[in-house]
Amino acid sequence: MHELAVCQALLDHVQAVANAQAADQVTRVQIRIGPLSGVVPELLERAFYLARAGGPAACASLVMKTTGIRVRCRSCGRESAATPARLVCDVCGDYRTDLVEGDQLILERVELLRSSQMPEATSPGVQACVKPADVT
Amino acid sequence: MCETCGCNLTSGNMHIAQQPRSDGVTAVNVLKNLMSENDTQAAHNREHLERHNVFAVNLMSSPGAGKTALLEASIERLGRELRIGVIEGDLETENDAARIRRHGIPAVQITTGSACHLDAHLIHKALHALDLDAIDLLFIENVGNLVCPAGFDLGQHRNVVLLSVTEGDDKPAKYPVMFRAADLVLLSKCDLLGAMEDFDHTAAEAAVRALGREVPVIHTSARRELQLDGWLSWLREACAAQRESLRHYRPVTDGPALMFPQL
Repeated sequence: MHELAVCQALLDHVQAVANAQAADQVTRVQIRIGPLSGVVPELLERAFYLARAGGPAACASLVMKTTGIRVRCRSCGRESAATPARLVCDVCGDYRTDLVEGDQLILERVELLRSSQMPEATSPGVQACVKPADVT
Repeated sequence: MCETCGCNLTSGNMHIAQQPRSDGVTAVNVLKNLMSENDTQAAHNREHLERHNVFAVNLMSSPGAGKTALLEASIERLGRELRIGVIEGDLETENDAARIRRHGIPAVQITTGSACHLDAHLIHKALHALDLDAIDLLFIENVGNLVCPAGFDLGQHRNVVLLSVTEGDDKPAKYPVMFRAADLVLLSKCDLLGAMEDFDHTAAEAAVRALGREVPVIHTSARRELQLDGWLSWLREACAAQRESLRHYRPVTDGPALMFPQL
């Protein structure tokens, strides 16, 4: 259960982006997670909605884009899809492969509002905090 | 790179990375590795170790796979050729550090409380509690856990993962993130292989290969019929190779890898 530590790091990055942009409110946080990142999306999401309280992301939604796994074969040079426990080449069967995609854990995008841009209805305190289950 | 948050936005590309929308929301593309803070600290630890010519090995396994017993046996065999130091990670107690100190070896115990892994910041603190000039080889015994420690670079030079023959031979398939991180897999408690009918060591090795890994899989036993030669030769060679590379290479401090927004 290191997802809370990862989530804290995520919120630190989000806070830094919000500060650098002089933003008052973060509305949406988008991350990319690979199956080999060692992070369970469902646990990270649960941690996010606990840990976001009190900061600029207190009402932000979390969008997680999960990636597939792809390996490149060192023997035949081809790329193929793989699964977490079977990372061998799907073309020639050789086990000597390099991971091309699948272990990412990246903050991709932050959407934010500055108070000058904030319409009346979405100003802090007015907007209701929602918890969408937005895993794609 | 942005001075404030370390992200990849500059005044030059800011206008492309930020996309104000009609609803007043500004979207900022960041592309920042979530582990970057730990990784930066780990890079600093590695540089710190290399400045003192210390070769660091991170030992990981499930609880009870025999990490401390392997260290004790290795210290007995290597203690006269290499000056060894140990950092012990556990949730509670000084027990493991005390076991190591009985062999006359400096050991720092990190107790993580409820945290399930060591991170680069904890290791940094522990490094300052050791006299690194009096150490050639530093073992970091991670918290017994096959999940969380895999995600945290500590600044070590090699990851060694133990799989004891009293566990299932399919553990590499069940914990691919951990076994993929290994530079060496040790099958421990091999003196019990005869009694453990369900453990097929060829199946265990095949499960490691299925993860796309060419790393050596070496049999060890740290009790009764000692079986340490393969492991100690690997260690000696890795340690010597590291020293050789340091003779030609001066580490430089660098920030986190620069990443550009996909626009």
